Amino acid sequence: MIPLFAQDLPGEDVVLRGARVLDPAEGVDAVLDVRVDRGLVAGLGLGLAANGHRVVDGAGLVLAPAFVDPHVHLRTPGREDEETIESGTLAAAAGGYCAILAMPNSEPVVDSAAVLSSLVERARSEAVVPVGFLAAISKRQAGEKLTEMAELADAGAAGFTDDGRPVASPALMRRALQYSPVAGRRVAVHCEEPSLSHGGQMHEGVVSAQLGFAGYPSLAESVMVERDLAIAAYERQPVHLLHLSARESVEALSRAQAAGVAATGEVTPHHLCLTDEAVRSLDANVKMNPPLRSADDREALLGGLRDGTICAVATDHAPHARHEKDVPFEEAPFGVTGLETAFAALNTHLVAPGLLRLETLLERMSAGPARAYGLEPPRIAVGAPANLVLLDTESPWRVTEDCFRSRSANSWLLGQTLRGRVRLTMAAGRVVFAA
Amino acid sequence: MTEIRVIREELPPARPRRRHLLSIHDLTREDVERLLATARAFEHASQREVKKLPTLRGRTVVNLFFEASTRTSSSFELAAKRLSADVMSVKAAGSSVDKGESLKDTVLTLDAYSPDVIVIRHPSIGAPQLVASVSGAHVVNAGDGKHQHPTQALLDLYTIREELGRIEGVHVAIVGDVLHSRVARSNIQALVLCGARVTVVGPPTLVPRGIETMGCEVSTDIGAIADADVVYVLRMQRERMQAGAGYVPSLREYTARWGVTPERLRPGQKVMHPGPMNRGVEIDPRVADAPASLIEAQVRAGLVVRMAVLYDLLTHGPAAVPAAAAVEVA
Repeated sequence: MIPLFAQDLPGEDVVLRGARVLDPAEGVDAVLDVRVDRGLVAGLGLGLAANGHRVVDGAGLVLAPAFVDPHVHLRTPGREDEETIESGTLAAAAGGYCAILAMPNSEPVVDSAAVLSSLVERARSEAVVPVGFLAAISKRQAGEKLTEMAELADAGAAGFTDDGRPVASPALMRRALQYSPVAGRRVAVHCEEPSLSHGGQMHEGVVSAQLGFAGYPSLAESVMVERDLAIAAYERQPVHLLHLSARESVEALSRAQAAGVAATGEVTPHHLCLTDEAVRSLDANVKMNPPLRSADDREALLGGLRDGTICAVATDHAPHARHEKDVPFEEAPFGVTGLETAFAALNTHLVAPGLLRLETLLERMSAGPARAYGLEPPRIAVGAPANLVLLDTESPWRVTEDCFRSRSANSWLLGQTLRGRVRLTMAAGRVVFAA
Repeated sequence: MTEIRVIREELPPARPRRRHLLSIHDLTREDVERLLATARAFEHASQREVKKLPTLRGRTVVNLFFEASTRTSSSFELAAKRLSADVMSVKAAGSSVDKGESLKDTVLTLDAYSPDVIVIRHPSIGAPQLVASVSGAHVVNAGDGKHQHPTQALLDLYTIREELGRIEGVHVAIVGDVLHSRVARSNIQALVLCGARVTVVGPPTLVPRGIETMGCEVSTDIGAIADADVVYVLRMQRERMQAGAGYVPSLREYTARWGVTPERLRPGQKVMHPGPMNRGVEIDPRVADAPASLIEAQVRAGLVVRMAVLYDLLTHGPAAVPAAAAVEVA
């Protein structure tokens, strides 16, 4: 069992009436009532009695297993001005998530049981949505020395990654994969060959040539993907590839999977919706690592998500203080927020135009990411904990700076009108968001 | 000044106000033609004994330079003075930038004085856009990182037009470090916009892939300059040879392969360089000092073209006629 941490509160009694219940894994797609007793799904059927439960009208809405975000930066400890466990989990709740995984590249880095234990304690007092904490692969994420992975796992680590940085040394990467079974947790990698991405501000291509930006070629990602897949194959260990951006990476992952490597991959909403053309705006909110790539790369990412090569949508929610993004593009830090907009963005830009089926999107936002780290997938079945999201797939809304629960508003969607809203989120048996 | 108003009333209604000059991309061919014609009118005025015109009296121009510059900063300052504007020059060194003030806060501070124009030079791409988004002034990009240097391109067009009598159909070879050059990017855009033929020539490591989408031809062979009417030499920046960068093995090898020497030029070809030059690296001193060199003409053009840019932003519209009138008034 991969541990997640949240406030310890009793499960609620709720009846959700008349929504289209959609859980492809359980083979459910019908208009039904769902009853939740003390936080557990107690019944699916028509005309279920209220029995004094809180009643939620789901007519015209979709009820699905709630989402799992495998890639969130909670900025705690160190940058609580940008996000806290409380604000980040409130944002997750508003985005329809019942579980999130937090990245360890905080200040200090989550590389010791002491740092991890203090986070676990804070999550138990303020996390609205269950949080899993990934710990670093290397001490200080410096890429030199492994962390005490077994002790970190005992202290509650959900997995290991040096996200934000690559594991530059192939020898260290090999040791991490060799040793990971002792900890019983997955290893996830940020694939970037630093000597090739060095100084790069955006994807190397036609747009960077025209604008004059130092390029961050897709090659910088794909050579590292190939390397890490080769090490995973050699060590016969699972590996999870973070935020894929390039066609060559998706193709390499697909080949490795066909050869029997237990490799998984994730993709962000912004890489699925935008291309490097967006950088012409010089808006610092389209600056991220890996960078937005070409239309061909976007096509390959979408194809990979459709056919399951990429099993997970991950927001890579990266809050930044306003004054740090309010600078010339070249000086701005990488990263954008995403927890509160992921479903609406993908519903608007992929599902509505017919590029992706709603059922596929829901799976890749929920069971897919859960499987990648060995979490229990959320499901709508009698006896399962109520991890549910009630979605309005049609309603339009405008993304503005004041609509976020997150402490930061560095969204690439500011000013856009999106279709699709989260109306209610239940996480671990409790209503954590309702609109 | 009265005469200007009379003439303007007879002109067709002005197009929507163009607020900034951030990139050549902001300009149409008609805009370029108008700016060059205005610059020409100012050139006539500069030949008078009293060179100052009253045109922008009472206007304020702020020059905000975050990067070293001789030509651009001095010519913008003089251009504003020749038009009787009040000029304030702020350099990053010695300002609150040294105390860690952000660009946004620096601009907000200066904006409190309600300047009419902010001219900005900055090492980072996107700085002029940021200034334009927070200031009420017209913003002129005087060079941002490796992105754009639109007034350089305009003065180069002006120089070519004055020397060759036309831009349309002229073949310009741009030689050197295209990858790191804002001058190259603005010039390719501007020359293509005006119907010139452009070939970029340089080592494959310093010519970005995809540059041909801007409408130019690409060659890695210095022989490709033979066909050009104008050979435009880019500055070879020494820092590009530092460890870790290694774009070319050595300056010596660069000069041997791509240096513009008298032997590689044919009679009648004109040579341009945006400055500052590395004599003996990208350009042979004999080429720089030869009569075919337009380098000094470029500097002179810089003054009148920047006068035209300031004038155009502040008075707006079909400017050639009123500019000429302004000259008469003076």
